[in-house]
Amino acid sequence: MTLKQFMNEAISPWMREEGPDSDIVLSSRIRLARNFSDVSYPILADQGKLEEIRDFFKKEYEHQSFQDYEDFAFISIPDLTAVERRVLVEKHLISPHLSKSDQASATIISKNEQVSVMINEEDHIRLQLYFPGLQLPKALEKAFELDDWLEEKINYAFDETRGYLTSCPTNVGTGMRASVMMHLPALAMTKQINRMTPAINQLGLVVRGIYGEGSEAQGNIFQISNQITLGKSEADIIGDLQSVVKQLIEHERNARNRIMEQSGKKLEDRIFRSFGVLDYSRIIESKEAAVCLSNVRLGIDLGLIKNVSRNILNELMILTQPGFLQQYASATLTADERDELRASLIRERLQLEK
Amino acid sequence: MECQECQHRPATLHFTQVINGNKTEVHVCEVCAKEKGYMTYPEEGYSLHNLLTGLFNFDSAMMENQQSNSYKQVKELKCPQCGMSLSTFKKVGKFGCATCYDTFSGRLDPILRRVHSGNTKHYGKIPKRMGGDLHTKKQLESYKAELQQLIEDENFEEAAQIRDKIKALQDQSNSSKAGDDS
Ligand SMILES: [Zn+2]
Ligand SMILES: [Zn+2]
Repeated sequence: MTLKQFMNEAISPWMREEGPDSDIVLSSRIRLARNFSDVSYPILADQGKLEEIRDFFKKEYEHQSFQDYEDFAFISIPDLTAVERRVLVEKHLISPHLSKSDQASATIISKNEQVSVMINEEDHIRLQLYFPGLQLPKALEKAFELDDWLEEKINYAFDETRGYLTSCPTNVGTGMRASVMMHLPALAMTKQINRMTPAINQLGLVVRGIYGEGSEAQGNIFQISNQITLGKSEADIIGDLQSVVKQLIEHERNARNRIMEQSGKKLEDRIFRSFGVLDYSRIIESKEAAVCLSNVRLGIDLGLIKNVSRNILNELMILTQPGFLQQYASATLTADERDELRASLIRERLQLEK
Repeated sequence: MECQECQHRPATLHFTQVINGNKTEVHVCEVCAKEKGYMTYPEEGYSLHNLLTGLFNFDSAMMENQQSNSYKQVKELKCPQCGMSLSTFKKVGKFGCATCYDTFSGRLDPILRRVHSGNTKHYGKIPKRMGGDLHTKKQLESYKAELQQLIEDENFEEAAQIRDKIKALQDQSNSSKAGDDS
């Protein structure tokens, strides 16, 4: 396994599989934060200690398989170029925080890109795992398997009352962040999502745009995740999350039907105009691309656009990010150059489907 | 003013950047700010964290107020393991090591309660190597909390079921302890 393989394709191999409710739920993710008991957290630990942790992973786990996940690649973050770091962030394989770290930071990524372990992020270990569609219980089960396996070898920082001890008090307890990425164009169009957010917050869950809190939902992609990590078991947390997501799916489907009934022609027009823009434009900004991709994806879900694969949204949303574009061009690009390359890559990609 | 990066969209973000002690004015549009990394895309918990820092400070302001009325604290609380002081913790909102949780334990509950909707105790996974005793103990605690709630809700039927589960778990752990002795 080499870095190059992760860089070449926008879509991770696991994304090619369809999961339950894949029309609306793009992915389910579980992230567990863990720390070595006797080493200070990365914000304060001395370089030598952090290197020991990194080398532990490098020596012990390079080329070893966590059961189902084939090979792993070990990647040292400080060895990467700025563009390579960005691409890993855009593929959601590492966090922006890790990508900026030069302190003995590293990652281990499985060949199918389903599992990644971030080393010396805010916590010593952050294990994350993706599944296509809505599959939280399955993702949790697998995350626990990997965690159990690590637990045999590492003395975790754990306290009877507080649970897994983490650098940030927002993660203490389970150390678990479970999240679901959803495409909710109809709830966004009708502004229903804004009205639902406060109720969701009351359950200890948060709704955010794709690139995190405070950011706009690019391409109508929303992330729903748990805020609370203390006082509830992991199973209860994902149970609550799963049930909210199921309700959102139902509301989204209802909203789609209602829009189709009440203003079907308008919606159809919007979808096909977006398709036209993607198919013919010579210059396109990332925001416009995201809007059009969301509309086209909706068109595919509604059966209006045929012969274009559903994955195109996931794929192009990532492929048209600045890091990926520059990786593709093997050059640093100005904003104008990126807008041009973005348009031509999208046209090329759509051509493949014809 | 036009964005200094793309030179075609209007600059909507203006700020000062300090690199190696040199200050420069930056005027960019939102698109370039994101793409050029002036605006880090906030990952989970970042702006929440800013909010938290505010909460911690509020918390300490109240405490210091109370303290100055009674007695003055001479020495600042500091973690013996990593050296993190209470004031630094309040500023950064992050612990320096696992021992910090013990060091600041007296101040922790109000903070955790705010962050975790009133919760201060872990009810989730326990590392296997911590032993079965702890698992049983935790399970018992959570059953007892559940029992309490069910009684409050006057849901006696389910309460009875939980009570049986508690009894079974207690019997089981007693017999396994007896087994260890033999
Ligand atoms: Zn600009
Ligand atoms: Zn400490």
